Amino acid sequence: MNDTLRAWLVPSFAILIFLALWELLVWANGWPNYKMASPSDIGPAFVKYWPLFVEYTWDTLWRTVVGLIVAVIVGTGIGVIMGFSRTMRDALYPLLVGFNAVPKATVVPVIALLFVGQHDFNTILIAFMISFFPIAVAVSIGLSTLEPEYRDILKSLGASNLTIFWKIALPKTLPEFFGALKVAVTLAFIGTNLMEIVEPHGRGLGHLFDSGKINADYPLMFAVLIALAALGILLFYVVVVLEKIFAGWAERSQTY
Amino acid sequence: MTNLIDIKGVTHAYATKAGPLPVLDNLNISVPEGEFCAVVGPSGCGKSTLTRLVAGLMKPDEGEVWLHGERVTSPRSTVGMAFQNPVLLEWRTILDNVILPLEIVPNKMNRAQKEERARELLTLVGLDGFEDKRPSELSGGMRQRASLCRAIVHKPEVLIMDEPFGALDAFTREDLWQTMHALRAEEPFTGVLITHDLRESIYLADEVIVLSGRPATTQYRMDTRLGGRTDIDMLYTPEVGKMLYDLRDQIEIAQGRKVVETAE
Repeated sequence: MNDTLRAWLVPSFAILIFLALWELLVWANGWPNYKMASPSDIGPAFVKYWPLFVEYTWDTLWRTVVGLIVAVIVGTGIGVIMGFSRTMRDALYPLLVGFNAVPKATVVPVIALLFVGQHDFNTILIAFMISFFPIAVAVSIGLSTLEPEYRDILKSLGASNLTIFWKIALPKTLPEFFGALKVAVTLAFIGTNLMEIVEPHGRGLGHLFDSGKINADYPLMFAVLIALAALGILLFYVVVVLEKIFAGWAERSQTY
Repeated sequence: MTNLIDIKGVTHAYATKAGPLPVLDNLNISVPEGEFCAVVGPSGCGKSTLTRLVAGLMKPDEGEVWLHGERVTSPRSTVGMAFQNPVLLEWRTILDNVILPLEIVPNKMNRAQKEERARELLTLVGLDGFEDKRPSELSGGMRQRASLCRAIVHKPEVLIMDEPFGALDAFTREDLWQTMHALRAEEPFTGVLITHDLRESIYLADEVIVLSGRPATTQYRMDTRLGGRTDIDMLYTPEVGKMLYDLRDQIEIAQGRKVVETAE
């Protein structure tokens, strides 16, 4: 079998088998759809609320992406500062760890009160707050573990610190950065939904989920879960593709 | 001025938690233009500090380092460096790795000229056909060849090598030694070679300097010019055997395992 075909067929079959088992489980137990919706209930829910799904998916998507972009900028900035300065690393590390340890669900109401009414801003802020930590840590570790010989090679030629950063430190940190970005993209997505569900304000997939709950429309709730899974997968693979483009060199061939 | 490298009375100590750690003590080394000087000595005797001083990466506490009649106070682009770890940039192709110094050292070459210069060197060390490979696709010996090309691509006056062949197997090492002679024939440069391998020092260098244990000072010098012979067989002549024996003896003295016999 052709490898590309295989790469598509195997996961597709796995998903089909999963859906079949799910359907079977609901049918065998005789569960009504207000207890557990089955895949056959979800299709009609998608059809019924199609315009809302398109609109709210877009809301959730752009808020997550903006939050992630802010997290990349701020996280990289903090990582660079901590990577190059020992003092700053010692100063910032405990603060960052403490900040990261606070469960973000408890921060959501605080933020919602602080910036009352500014829903887009609030959602983006939570997405950012939950996702910048792994990026900052990865960048700082990548930079602080740069072998001194790399620096010496360029320094001995009279290169400035900025040149060393652009030519060596930054590209060398890219694999660690993308490793962290894969974690961060999922976290940002969780952050967005957290805000949309805990403090619903009429937009986003989180809101659609919440309204499904209020109206006891269980097929809708499950349809939102499926939509969220699909969106999460999409975001993750966008990062994977970016990683292949910018840090593909870090993947070693198996022959050596 | 006939000496390209002049190290005059260099003394250096590192600050450690347990107080100052002296590594070099009134060290004097001179290397005439075009010659190759090997520095051998016990482990941790300050040989790597010496390379950093010559490269201008650090300043000695006392004494002076001169290159081509100018006092070294900061890094200069007339120096090329190669280490035991080839430190190639994994995200660049072999060709782009070799070009790297030309991107930093001021020069008037355009991209095509830089590539031509890099290809010329890669061919010289037997890496033609590997220009577009990534470092991870090459063996240790090939990576070190590429690293040597990078060290001399900008035609430095001085090549500093810190145990460049230390991590290679014995056969690859001998191949690389011959490559070094081939490079020297094409690209004249003055060199300082830090090594632990006495055979390597005799084969490659015109003069071998034995450093004493820490703090290091010049303990012994040996002229190892062998009438211009560059074939590997020369290492098995009685003449070289005697040199090896004498150097071995000096290393033992430097390590403090053998007391110097004094005439009484």
